[in-house]
Amino acid sequence: MSTRAAVDPNTAGDHGCDCPVEVIQERGQRQVFCGLTSIVWLHRKMQDAFFLVVGSRTCAHLLQAAAGVMIFAEPRFATAVLGERDLAGLADCNDELDRVVNELLARRPEIKTLFLVGSCPSEVIKLDLDNAAERLTREHAGRVQVMHYSGSGLETAFTQGEDKCLASITEQMPQAEENEAPSLLVLGTLADVVEDQFRRIFDQLGIGPVHFLPPRSCEQLPAVGPQTRVIMAQPFVGEATRALLSRGAQYVNAPYPVGIEGTRGWLYAAAHSFGVAEQRVDEVVAAPVERARAALARQREVLAGKSITFLPDSQLELPLARFLANECGMRPLEVATPYLDRQLHGQEAVQLGDGVRLIEGQDLERQLDRLRDDRPDLTVCGLGLANPLEAEGLRTKWSIELVFSPIQGFDQAADLAELFARPLVRHESLRV
Amino acid sequence: MHLALWTYEGPPHVGAMRVAASMEGVHYVLHAPQGDSYADLLFTMIERRASRPPVTYTTFHGRHLGADTAELVRQTVRDAYERHQPQALMVGDSCTAELLQDQPGTLAAGMDLPVPVIALESAAYSRKENFGASEAFYQLVRGTLVANQDGALGHAAPAADSDRSAACDRPTANLLGPTSLGFRCRDDVKEIKALLERLGIGVNVVAPLGATPADLSRIPAADFNVCLYPEIARTTCEWLQRQYRQPMVTTVPLGLGATRDFIREIGDVSGVDASAVLEQCTARMSWYSRSVDSNYLTGKRVFIFADATHAIAAARIAREELGFSVVGLGTYSREHAREVRQVAKDLGLEPLITDDYLEVEKSVAEAAPELVLGTQMERHIAKRLGLPCAVISAPAHVQDFPASYAPNMGFEGANVIFDTWVHPLMMGLEEHLLGMFREDFEFSTDTPSHMASSGAGQERAAEQEQAVAEASVAEADSPGAQIRWTPEAESELRKIPFFVRGKARRNTEHFAAERGIATITVETIYDAKAHFSR
Repeated sequence: MSTRAAVDPNTAGDHGCDCPVEVIQERGQRQVFCGLTSIVWLHRKMQDAFFLVVGSRTCAHLLQAAAGVMIFAEPRFATAVLGERDLAGLADCNDELDRVVNELLARRPEIKTLFLVGSCPSEVIKLDLDNAAERLTREHAGRVQVMHYSGSGLETAFTQGEDKCLASITEQMPQAEENEAPSLLVLGTLADVVEDQFRRIFDQLGIGPVHFLPPRSCEQLPAVGPQTRVIMAQPFVGEATRALLSRGAQYVNAPYPVGIEGTRGWLYAAAHSFGVAEQRVDEVVAAPVERARAALARQREVLAGKSITFLPDSQLELPLARFLANECGMRPLEVATPYLDRQLHGQEAVQLGDGVRLIEGQDLERQLDRLRDDRPDLTVCGLGLANPLEAEGLRTKWSIELVFSPIQGFDQAADLAELFARPLVRHESLRV
Repeated sequence: MHLALWTYEGPPHVGAMRVAASMEGVHYVLHAPQGDSYADLLFTMIERRASRPPVTYTTFHGRHLGADTAELVRQTVRDAYERHQPQALMVGDSCTAELLQDQPGTLAAGMDLPVPVIALESAAYSRKENFGASEAFYQLVRGTLVANQDGALGHAAPAADSDRSAACDRPTANLLGPTSLGFRCRDDVKEIKALLERLGIGVNVVAPLGATPADLSRIPAADFNVCLYPEIARTTCEWLQRQYRQPMVTTVPLGLGATRDFIREIGDVSGVDASAVLEQCTARMSWYSRSVDSNYLTGKRVFIFADATHAIAAARIAREELGFSVVGLGTYSREHAREVRQVAKDLGLEPLITDDYLEVEKSVAEAAPELVLGTQMERHIAKRLGLPCAVISAPAHVQDFPASYAPNMGFEGANVIFDTWVHPLMMGLEEHLLGMFREDFEFSTDTPSHMASSGAGQERAAEQEQAVAEASVAEADSPGAQIRWTPEAESELRKIPFFVRGKARRNTEHFAAERGIATITVETIYDAKAHFSR
């Protein structure tokens, strides 16, 4: 490896005390979406919710470009675009916001929940959306619940927007009594099909009631209390998790349900918290595990021995790299994540073993230098970089697809592997 | 504050990025938080560009705000200059950075870099993308020419206009305005260069697309400027006219008539005899349009909404070259609205000057056209309303950056426009056959003919589904919500080809509502038909 590929010691350092492996911190230019982008899947998940970004023309343009394929004839998100007049005085700004919200609700009377989403500019001018949400909730009492969170790129990267959104929802959840029956709360957006699969397994295990957050409808939020067991289905919901723990809920320590092993470990942990034996889990999941193994074996033939680098994007990088290394035989070279929660991601990092460069943050040009030296068989990166890297002869996988696609659970394990195999298979088959 | 679902233009710094990304040897340092780097994907995904746009972001975070973002700017400028070694550096800020008032352009200008530093004011809260592009191009040209006079680029000072072409045996022109993410710019430039070649006119500089800062310094050497995309180039062309007495050709060669006018104007400005090239005009479009099959296009009602240049051109092509009837005309380019107003007035229309997508949607629905010519946003609108649509202007989708050679300007451009506009419609003979066979049990209006296999096939299928889904919504909004259709009338309505059925339904309901008719019978349909066909 050449010297320029080495990580700059000046920007390296600070190995978090909770993380048992070495993590290199990089700071510099980033190529990561901001938290606003998570609206693109959150609005699909919560069908009665609308997301109103209070921000600039840039925010509106970002959402349009990131939903970019621009396929939705009428999305359930929009932007209240700040103009020069709004920057002049804040009182005026609140009136303007009320007017825009009224206009929006007149157009979409079916909306039950409205999220006011803070952005970089609204944060810099210190627009108080918390107050605005309270005021608007009072004004539209009985019809619309107005909530607020920040998806600002000053504080959040990509999937962290969902974390902020879920944390704001937890504030609205009723308090459960001490003596209520135990319940399971699964945290982090899952595709409906995955939710249904997990629900069937939990039913067979006799675990219930099970609630998913975000819910498909915001109208009836589950209660949370000391009998609530919280399990994370996505690695990027740390703040929402801590918010629930502060309400007395119990944390279920589990791997993320990616791949056969991750899913099994995740189910063991959930089962354990309800006093269900591992052996019972094995009985219930025997058939789907067998199916998944057979399907995964085909993809493993393509992936085994191939090297892979993750550029920072969704915080899914660690569990995905663990799955690809342990279950598909790939060799992760560099795994970068925009933010590494040392408490919540530590075990996933350990499973990657030695010899993998773990990076938190990004210094884009340096990372691209290392990538060009490594020349991995596959690079997972954001949309802005994929085509330029392909033009340099590198095979790429759009990271955003990993957030939108159903990838968790047994029956999706092979589909997930196929997402990585496809660019390689395609490269082999093309004669252009 | 205004409500935006879709926007026609991005912020001004995205316009500046388009100029930087169009050129070689230019680098743009953008003071912006991490999320703003999304703009890269406009180029690499929508335009399928093979390299990253030449932009470095400062990527400031919340934790920087209490500290020194100005030092972050200086550091980023230093690093970007050292790594990319550009011939000219553009420096500006995005909307959030503008609020911090770091004035990155001034900071960078004070760093004594050995290349011209172009400081851009973004005005993100009052201006938009095309203004940003126009301003960036103007500042870049002006900055480069001033630096050039100072000898910074190592070229001689520009020639006085008496020296122009003195050494050449033929007149030369600059083609100004084509940019990255513009509509068909790459192919338009190729087509217009070839046209100028046939006229015996040399092309001095094409900018910003493909130009270097050194190329910009050669702009004054040409005899005249062709203002190919006024949204981007007019400010620059007007400045060059004042500063270097360079005449400007203002006709935009979109469509047959405009291309002929363009050739004539070039002849006038350059003194070249253009008559031979004018006579040689053999665009297939003029014959296709006169052919019998095109008779069905007569009076087809079209709604046009685009940037000013393409909207104006489309109105002329629609009326004069395809025999359409223009029922709506508008633009989101407020800076160039005056010309659109004039054209609308000539057509007897109220122009729609807005960047509010919702307002455009409302106007299209009211006009009930048979074809929508617009941007990617009008494609959404048309989809929602179940109308055929062709995209004629930016903002566009990845499918509007075709792999094939598909200019819109010049004679070949006219051919491309004929195809693009006519394909979403039923062809003439087909429309007749559809009428003849609609009673046949083997014929299903659910799978209408060739349209499912056209380029936009899948989209068409989705559109129809959408149209069905939307129908109930549309009906609830329509004045006919209280009006009942007799089964006989419903069945008669179904005999009308599906692509005009929605309009027939709306017209009939309007007709009934105006006359207080509560139940629509077969008679009502024909009364309404007679009424509207006046």
